[in-house]
Amino acid sequence: MTHVHAARKPYHFKPFNIGRWLVWGLYALVLFVAPLLFTSSLSMTMLSQMGVAIIACLAFNMLLGQGGMLSFGHAVYSGLGSFFAIHTLNLVSAGQLALPVSLVPLVAGLFGLLFAALLGYVTTKKAGTPFAMITLGVGELVWAMSLMFPGFFGGEGGISGNRVAGQPFLGITFGPQSQLYYLIAAYTLVCTGLMFAFTRTPLGRMLNAVRDNPERVAFIGYSTRHVRYLAFMASGLFMGIAGGLAALNFEIVTAEVVGAQRSGAYLLFTFLGGAVFFFGPIIGAVLMVLALVLLSELTQAWLLYLGLVFMFMVMYAPGGISSLIMMNLRLAGFGKLRALWASYLALAGTAFVILLGAGAMIEMIYHLQLDAALGPKLKFMGASLDAKSFDSWFGAGLVLLTGLALFELTRREFARHWGRIQEQVEQEIKKRAASS
Amino acid sequence: MTTVALELRDVRKSFGKTEIIRGASLSVNVGERVAIIGPNGAGKSTLFNLISGRFGSTSGDILLNGRKIDGLEPFQINRLGLARSFQVSNLFTRLSVFENVRCAVLWQLGYKYAFWRFLADLRDANDRTEEVLEMIKLDRRRDVLAMNLTYAEQRALEIGITIAGGSQVILLDEPTAGMSKSETRRFVSLIREVTAGKTLLTVEHDMGVVFGLADRIAVLVYGQVIAFDVPEAVRANPRVQEAYLGSVLADAQAAEAGH
Repeated sequence: MTHVHAARKPYHFKPFNIGRWLVWGLYALVLFVAPLLFTSSLSMTMLSQMGVAIIACLAFNMLLGQGGMLSFGHAVYSGLGSFFAIHTLNLVSAGQLALPVSLVPLVAGLFGLLFAALLGYVTTKKAGTPFAMITLGVGELVWAMSLMFPGFFGGEGGISGNRVAGQPFLGITFGPQSQLYYLIAAYTLVCTGLMFAFTRTPLGRMLNAVRDNPERVAFIGYSTRHVRYLAFMASGLFMGIAGGLAALNFEIVTAEVVGAQRSGAYLLFTFLGGAVFFFGPIIGAVLMVLALVLLSELTQAWLLYLGLVFMFMVMYAPGGISSLIMMNLRLAGFGKLRALWASYLALAGTAFVILLGAGAMIEMIYHLQLDAALGPKLKFMGASLDAKSFDSWFGAGLVLLTGLALFELTRREFARHWGRIQEQVEQEIKKRAASS
Repeated sequence: MTTVALELRDVRKSFGKTEIIRGASLSVNVGERVAIIGPNGAGKSTLFNLISGRFGSTSGDILLNGRKIDGLEPFQINRLGLARSFQVSNLFTRLSVFENVRCAVLWQLGYKYAFWRFLADLRDANDRTEEVLEMIKLDRRRDVLAMNLTYAEQRALEIGITIAGGSQVILLDEPTAGMSKSETRRFVSLIREVTAGKTLLTVEHDMGVVFGLADRIAVLVYGQVIAFDVPEAVRANPRVQEAYLGSVLADAQAAEAGH
């Protein structure tokens, strides 16, 4: 009975329950052992970036998921954090400041907080669409400033630094990537914990209330603006910390860290991971690094694929990956998941066929437009295609259409099946409510 | 000696060129139950919106316990001890019933914008929430999301959120709107229970509810209070009969007699 309850409302943990300790223990363990499993230098930098991205996406989601505030310029706070971190680091390197390198991200966090307090005072005066517009404006403003003040922002080349600075502590210099990874992992664990704790506090709950119904909040004694402002500052603090860690990781900060593209990435991947559940942005952050580092290596058209995935997600699963997981966990709790395995396999298989056909065509277009000098031939998933021959286009088109047709058939069948199972679950819930 | 809980002095409100409230005056004593009635478009809901700070009045004074409250923000008025409900349920839809009520008790218990304390540790807030849930008879539905409640349950939660903070002056805007006869009867006794000892203002269309619940009735016609007295006197008032009760009450009584 207890596990059924946990599956139904797993995000509503009671204090000191085993599930919570298990989840957090597992999280810490993953952070700890990940670099032991993925040892290459590429995976090491990726893991470091993931840690940073997790903090940033969770901080972003304090506004998006918990407060219903859509910020289009949140890279401002991580980006400014990065710049203050790199300047602080350079002061430490020059011997003008006696600060352990491990605390540089905290300095960045304080600056993130400061700027969130300054700029957020204006942005949080409004909610909804005006709020989103103002954040967009503030983002553009800071981006323009970054070009106007090359002394601070470093112009085209950015500002570089060296994280091996000051006195090493217990032999830790943060020179090797693994040492820096563990610093990032420690910050990630603590920040995740703090942000989760925030959701269990009066302010955190009132933030949810402001999201759901700002009007009513005003009639139970709270100033909605004050709630938004405080949450904005909390988010800015963690964004700044993430920015500081990123500065240590790359040892160079360029103006693009405050740019609209970075802000867009936070929004896109937080949404993909899922804004509804606390852990959604963690998934989004991991995907973000995978997409930015691996997918961009794999294909030139990666942004197009990303856009397509985002579009389908918004249309068919607005709760993101985390809500898909939770929906299936709920079914598993009622022992209904087994019935869906075949449907899932069919969906995945037909979706793959679509991807194959569409991917071949997209790659051929990109090849014709960008790599025409290399001749019309290209490799795609092991097959060799000729972008100028009718056969390749006809074949790809046929695969795409077949995939689409099969997928639509499977999807309809799945939708019926899914509806039936949901009904059964509802009945089961009613039966249990009646018997308890 | 009776003290005045809420006083309106010549309150006016215009939307553009149209004057909706045209010099309304009213004085409600502490612990009194007042029903505000009037034909459609008389400005009953607007009056509530002015008192609770949702709209600012154009002129006139509104006093809560002798203190001027017009021009204050809704949350400031609420902090001074006035709470209101809405005609259309105004809930925190994606939060559970329990969380809805708990949100409404936090400010009055002094937790304000605290982010250094866990909700789970706030004994008084949690106890008060449980107490309110029992009063509005939703204790068995505590973990259900507000948006998944039935209509009557949402109306009960609406009242629960309103009274949870312990405000001494309660404004209920058509609490029984859209309910069946039996639901209404149960709901009126619930309102009696949860507002015991408090000053109550309610806008109501159901005359059965009005005469059953109110100590005094204020009749609002075209933005003015044309009568404010005990039910019998209001019923007998010729101006009221002419302006409003003449038609509506006769219909209602005819319907009652016909049963």
